[in-house]
Amino acid sequence: MNNAVETCTPDSRAKTKQLWQIDIWPEDGQPDRLAAELLSDAADLRLPESLRIAAARGFLIEGDVSHDQAEQIAKSLLVEPVVERFQLAAVGDEAINQSQADRPNLIYVLPLPGVTDPQAESAMGAMRNLGFDVSTVRTYRKFLVSELEQSDLQTLTAKLLSNDSIETAVSGSLKLDGLDLGTEYVFEKGIVSLSGLNSDQLLDISKKWQLSLSAVEMETIQAHFKTLDREPTDVELETVAQTWSEHCSHKTLAGRINYLDENGSRTFENMLKETIFSATMKIREDLGDDDWCVSVFRDNAGIVRFDDENNIAFKVETHNRPSALEPYGGANTGIGGVIRDTLGTGMGAKPICNTDVFCFADPNSAIEDLPPGVMHPRRIMKGVVSGVRDYGNRMGIPTVNGAVYFDRRYVGNPLVFCGNVGLLPKEKSFKEPQPNDLIVSIGGKTGRDGIHGATFSSAELTEDSDITSGGAVQIGNAITEKMLMDVMLIARDRELYTAVTDCGAGGYSSAVGEMGEEIGAEVWLDKVPLKYQGLSYTEIWISEAQERMVFSVPEENWPAFRDLCASESVDATVIGQFKPTGQLVLKYGDEVVSDVAMSFLHDGRPPVVREATYQPVAASELLNAPARSSAAEWTGDLKKILGSLNVASKHWVIRQYDHEVQGGSVIKPLVGIQNDGPGDAAVVRPVLDSYRGVAVSCGMNPHYGDYDTWHMATSAIDEALRNCVAVGADPSKIAVLDNFCWGYTDRPETLGSLVRAALACHDLSIEMQTPFISGKDSLHNEFSYTNADGQREVISIPATLLISAMGQVDDVRKCVTMDLKAAGNLIYQIGQTFDHLAGSHWSSVTGATGGAVPTVDGGLAKRIFRAVHAAIGNGLIRSCHDLSEGGLATAIAEMAFSGGLGAEVSIDQIEVAGVSDADLVRTRLFSESNTRFVVEVTPDQQAAFEAQFSDLPLAFLGKVTEAPTLIIASGDETVIDAPIDQLKNAWQSPLDWN
Amino acid sequence: MTQPNVLILRAPGTNCDQETGFAFEKAGAKVAYHHINQLIESPSLISDSQILCLPGGFSYGDDIAAGRILASQFQSKLSDVIHDFHSASKLTLGICNGFQILIKTGFLLAETDEGLPATLTWNDSGRFIDRWVHLKADSSVCAFLKDSDSMYLPIAHAEGKFVPRSEAVLSDLQAGHQLALTYASGNGSAQVDNFNGSTADVAGVCDPTGRIFGLMPHPERFIDRTQHPHWTRLELPEEGDGLAIFRNAVEYFA
Repeated sequence: MNNAVETCTPDSRAKTKQLWQIDIWPEDGQPDRLAAELLSDAADLRLPESLRIAAARGFLIEGDVSHDQAEQIAKSLLVEPVVERFQLAAVGDEAINQSQADRPNLIYVLPLPGVTDPQAESAMGAMRNLGFDVSTVRTYRKFLVSELEQSDLQTLTAKLLSNDSIETAVSGSLKLDGLDLGTEYVFEKGIVSLSGLNSDQLLDISKKWQLSLSAVEMETIQAHFKTLDREPTDVELETVAQTWSEHCSHKTLAGRINYLDENGSRTFENMLKETIFSATMKIREDLGDDDWCVSVFRDNAGIVRFDDENNIAFKVETHNRPSALEPYGGANTGIGGVIRDTLGTGMGAKPICNTDVFCFADPNSAIEDLPPGVMHPRRIMKGVVSGVRDYGNRMGIPTVNGAVYFDRRYVGNPLVFCGNVGLLPKEKSFKEPQPNDLIVSIGGKTGRDGIHGATFSSAELTEDSDITSGGAVQIGNAITEKMLMDVMLIARDRELYTAVTDCGAGGYSSAVGEMGEEIGAEVWLDKVPLKYQGLSYTEIWISEAQERMVFSVPEENWPAFRDLCASESVDATVIGQFKPTGQLVLKYGDEVVSDVAMSFLHDGRPPVVREATYQPVAASELLNAPARSSAAEWTGDLKKILGSLNVASKHWVIRQYDHEVQGGSVIKPLVGIQNDGPGDAAVVRPVLDSYRGVAVSCGMNPHYGDYDTWHMATSAIDEALRNCVAVGADPSKIAVLDNFCWGYTDRPETLGSLVRAALACHDLSIEMQTPFISGKDSLHNEFSYTNADGQREVISIPATLLISAMGQVDDVRKCVTMDLKAAGNLIYQIGQTFDHLAGSHWSSVTGATGGAVPTVDGGLAKRIFRAVHAAIGNGLIRSCHDLSEGGLATAIAEMAFSGGLGAEVSIDQIEVAGVSDADLVRTRLFSESNTRFVVEVTPDQQAAFEAQFSDLPLAFLGKVTEAPTLIIASGDETVIDAPIDQLKNAWQSPLDWN
Repeated sequence: MTQPNVLILRAPGTNCDQETGFAFEKAGAKVAYHHINQLIESPSLISDSQILCLPGGFSYGDDIAAGRILASQFQSKLSDVIHDFHSASKLTLGICNGFQILIKTGFLLAETDEGLPATLTWNDSGRFIDRWVHLKADSSVCAFLKDSDSMYLPIAHAEGKFVPRSEAVLSDLQAGHQLALTYASGNGSAQVDNFNGSTADVAGVCDPTGRIFGLMPHPERFIDRTQHPHWTRLELPEEGDGLAIFRNAVEYFA
């Protein structure tokens, strides 16, 4: 493009450019959905019930556009016929700034300059396509609000109508001169003087520049440049900070750790490598020729074998801090980012399904109980869910699995885990950029988006974070990524490039730095297409603008690559070359602004050395457990568990996700006769003319971690595996991922609890022959604030390990679901029950504390999983549900109401060791011991089924009944007695939001 | 039987193209995929085809409103092409986003002095919904619903609420058997599966000739028994209800 230079003078532009405002309102009689949604959220903020709002959406259009043309644009493009009306005026015209007598307050909300505005981008493209001479478009929202106290109006504006990390609110008439962004950039090379500075002064520089580098790291940089006999440039310092950031290099967990627990001490040179990675290496070695792992812990996602033609890749990422400040944008770019991870794996995998797991504080929290500076958890949850929904659905990737976990300690640090599975041809599993390949960037343009995201994600959040960290928050544009994906998969199959990676944290600095690690690279920063003028070379280099990917393209393939992108309107630009120098050279025009050795970037970081200690919680009996003597009391407990937020139905979330796009849906997230029961794992067929399936599930138990993070970790693995096995996945071919989200790991006891979990992962992984293939951590998840008494308080999240499992099903036609199928069928419990009530849901709803936390017997688990899988494969099981939160009673209740059938069972045959008779009922009903299932078997297959489990713990429970009531007996006594619709209602109502 | 050619049109944000093509192939058609840019550049690409299909997705992000931008591209660049295609007794199918586009271009229900006779707008809930729905088919005019009377298919959309401009529009469509697919009740329940708030429970509409058909539910998502949400509970035929729509289109040219 040669015509990008603006040739008009400001004066001549002013004469032709008009700035129009188009308000679009619901037509009379049509619902005002935006206002209704706001009003329903206003109650959480204690705003008066008399509040009334009218809401419009709108467009600002700047260009050589007459009034008639603007009207034509409104009618032909912007306003929906039948259901909407509009008002058009020049910006600033008082006619369009009138409020109403009963709604005297007028408020406009606009995206901050430079924040991605996908609607405006699309609208502008469409207007130009229709031949209108439009130069800029922006969207806005407009509100007319009833009489309010000034403080309430402020609360409404700041907490509901707008989010100041991405938007600006204007009270009264909108007055703007123009929409143009950016200023001319004047090149100036920045040098940072480090020589002679002491460690405090170096640390000051690290803080001032938001580098998140330690004093030792700064000293290493100082020493390195001293050997080069020069000072670093600003962009060299930034590049090192990005490459060495916790986010990009995992320096804490992959660093040196001295660990001490009750079994003694151990020193790690590289903790992750010596625990989780090494377990996978051991498994692969043991499997020998049967090794089904392909690429682990090296690429953007882990890859395993799938069928004769294809492999599958899996990755789960966290996007916690951005989601705390701007839940919609944070989650949006979280899912967008992990999709680019699988796209950037090998030569590119086609995304086939998403999994999303969230942790929030109670959405019903009273505003008075929240620390200052946090967003209301309901608003966070709604924002996160819609962020994932809008991105995943637009990408055409089914979101098939997930979980939502609630604990008050997530109040300042909500967790957002986004995962993606991709399918790729076997021979496309590895990549290698070649010397002299061109560095090509495709997709989105570069702006100031998310500068310092990588270093910000390694820092603690405070009550001021929403003011100081705004630059790190972004909004995604899914269609840009979808277009990118469409052309890249064609380019992959036409073999037009030699390597690809995504631009994630650190932007080009990470992407090019990683790809060119073995070769060297020269990047021409002035060639990078920008969203607006004025970015410095450093900003271009570290911007985290979304929807960009970097390819290495052999020079001879560039014309074909470029033409392919152009044919689908995707921007592609050569931004440099992988020159075989071993150096990372950055140029702006003819000026060299960086020239550092790749080896210093990737191997120069001084090791981080940390202390870690772990002290297990002293064993205790179950304390404060209330006595129970009647069916009414036990049934009441069951209903409370079903209605507790962690167990309760998540249909409000699930049904907003397209879980069937791509046409391969086999086991949906909601199952049963009314499509509303909680499935254990989702199954999809990624290849439509084959019946081979992929199962996706997860496991997470932060409450067990309060007792022992070892057992928390093994329980999470067991839960993820048994969910997969319950639907029919082959337990010998399940790959898992770890996501460690922890508090402040510079504290030895916090890091110790993580190391302990990693050690547990190592041991159980090997015992179960279940390899970890990838993972990601997010540390320092703490929120600090000053309380009403002026004291500094810190809220640390509970130790949270998410295990995500990807299983495989040879023939999906053998899969089973968890809903009861037919009256007269037999019900069994498989697995061993112990008095495991520590951290359980029964303890949580009754206030009991202490006790024993669930443990895993890996040897037994392996045998049970194999037997369940064989029984499913042999068609002996009609329904199968894993026992997890809330134990047996909860599992049977869910199976019954999902199937629309009752059950009459007795718990007498369940063997429990070491429990007094008085406590037997409690343990049998609600213990959360691992590796257990409830299954339904037809009477004619009873013998074959029992034979399959002859040497395994199995208890006959009873029968499925036509009568829609769940009756559980202990001896002669009925302990649970409830109609299934009552149980279902208890389970569905807590999160049955409008 | 002649094997008809289907042109599946892709645009930025189209995302149901592959499985829709698979469904057409399963029904016996030959499928070609083309990007909207290609069709605008060479409209003759369509001349080999007997069936034009606009699959589901979020064309241009559904920014502004669902299907709106692609509809405006059709109107400004492809209007004659589409009209000629239709006049040649060929078939046009719009699924979900395709339906939204067809209705907003006026190809499906022609614009009058008052403007477009109907639109598809936001679900009453204001949110995207993925659910399975029971449907009643009126096969008297719509070529795609020949011999069908009921179906069970999933919907997955945020803007699927059918709103006609007036009572008169609605009764004309009813009289012409153009409200070819409506949400119905199932499993003995009295509750109609109208989750988006559509007027008169409308789920799909055809033009007066029955050769242009748009529907919100996704027939391509129920081609195989294992896609049915209750397949683990029921004895079901191997083929799903949705295949009939594709097969009717193919057999129309037999």
